[in-house]
Amino acid sequence: MARADEVVIEIEDAVVSYREDVALRGVSLTVRRGEFVGIIGPNGAGKTTLLTLVNGLGRLLSGRVRVLGKPLAPRNAHHIRTRVGYVAQVQDIDPRMPITVREVVMIGRYGRLGPFHRPTQADRDVVERMIELVGMSPLADRPIGHLSGGEQQRTAIARALAQEPDIFLLDEPTAFLDWRAQREILDLVQEIHRRQRLTTLFVTHDLNALPRCDRVVLMKDGLIQGEGRAGAVLRNEVLSELYGTPITLIEHAGRQVVLS
Amino acid sequence: MGILQYRFMQNAILAAFLGGVACSTVGVFVVMMRISFIGVCLSHAAFAGALLGALVGFNPVVGAFAFSLLAAAVIGPLADRGEFNPDTAIGILFSLMLGLAFLFMGLMPGPRTQALGLLWGSILTVTNADLILLAVVCASVVALVVLFFKEIQAVTFHREVAMAVGIPASAIFYALLFLTGATITASFRTIGGLLIFSLIINPAAAAYQLTYSMKRLFCLSALFGVLSGWLGLLISYLFNIPSGAVIIVVSTLIFAVATIFSPKRKVKGLSNVGTGFSSAAD
Repeated sequence: MARADEVVIEIEDAVVSYREDVALRGVSLTVRRGEFVGIIGPNGAGKTTLLTLVNGLGRLLSGRVRVLGKPLAPRNAHHIRTRVGYVAQVQDIDPRMPITVREVVMIGRYGRLGPFHRPTQADRDVVERMIELVGMSPLADRPIGHLSGGEQQRTAIARALAQEPDIFLLDEPTAFLDWRAQREILDLVQEIHRRQRLTTLFVTHDLNALPRCDRVVLMKDGLIQGEGRAGAVLRNEVLSELYGTPITLIEHAGRQVVLS
Repeated sequence: MGILQYRFMQNAILAAFLGGVACSTVGVFVVMMRISFIGVCLSHAAFAGALLGALVGFNPVVGAFAFSLLAAAVIGPLADRGEFNPDTAIGILFSLMLGLAFLFMGLMPGPRTQALGLLWGSILTVTNADLILLAVVCASVVALVVLFFKEIQAVTFHREVAMAVGIPASAIFYALLFLTGATITASFRTIGGLLIFSLIINPAAAAYQLTYSMKRLFCLSALFGVLSGWLGLLISYLFNIPSGAVIIVVSTLIFAVATIFSPKRKVKGLSNVGTGFSSAAD
């Protein structure tokens, strides 16, 4: 049985480069099972690259990455990915794309099933449960391209959860969504974390979402600049320095609210 | 039904069936993944390879297969990396292949009957060897789609998503490019190097207008592919005009009709309203 304080992600001195640009220049991060970690920082800070290290899509120049107790290497990356759920920003999907919400969520089972295995009743049950969990049951038979951005993100979350993952990666899942959809997706993510104690890494530009995180990691120029609880991070001088622009916080209804 | 009594016509009908099914099935990959330009490039590479074979004196089928695989090997990594738009590189490769094709043709001595045959195809003179190759490729394509349906569905829906859930998406993507190259190789002698690509893209594009189910998409596409071939043969027989060209015109007409009657056209109008709920029936 997994221990609560077990380290599930261990990144040591990771250096990643794409073409001429160095995306990560020596990043170390340890995440324990059940943690909800927010990752913030300006564009190009290396936040997405950090996530791609965890699901084996990033190429390590030097350093070490251990995920779920195993060193990440090209030969076991597929296997590790089946245990890591990943939700990116809302995608531009052709409205005519011939695939339904239910089929998209079922894709989450495909990696685990492996080739030549067809989904069983147990797989279909998991899929229905996850569709229900994200509140998409009434829309399950609709073509995915017909849905709003918020609904597509719910579907993406259900797909990632259908993997029954040990780690959940969210890369700006609320980008491009309207206010209500942003709130609903954040509530959903938090609810999932609360219920399943699923280890979650959450990249966001929405600083007002940070109080939902157990810990916040600050990234800039391919480095981790610091980390701490949301309360310690949500300060004028910390955020202004991170983003290189004056950021003001005010207190409203007992919590810090970020003004730009 | 006089058309059926000739041996060459029976062969042509069989070739149109096998080629129609194979081409329109790989067409589904090409249309779903929006890589039609890659497909055009592969078919012109096959054409250039076949002409090289005809020029130097080896089997054009071998040349076509080698060239289309080579082109897939060059294009695949460009499209796979996904960091930049590979259009420019594919455009360069495409024009190189076309240039090579005309160079090889220009170097050929005497009347260029064989070269022109490769250009336009000749479904009425298919040999038994052509038929066997077509049958093998057609059966392989259909069998692989059935066996790897879920992987193909995931990869053609979204390659990054497929990769993120642990499907070997790159391997599947290369396999689909490879299958496309093999299908082009097996069918270009009957349909013709310049025309083959219409038979790949038109039936699948027509079917794409009509259904939201991927299984039905494959079936409809194959139906349209075979229908294009058979109707094209019939018309070319009745009016004594080139069969390859008629097949392409028919498949384009099917696409036009499918687009006009597509239930998905309504969706586009409705989605502008912003509800996200449109009631396009399947």
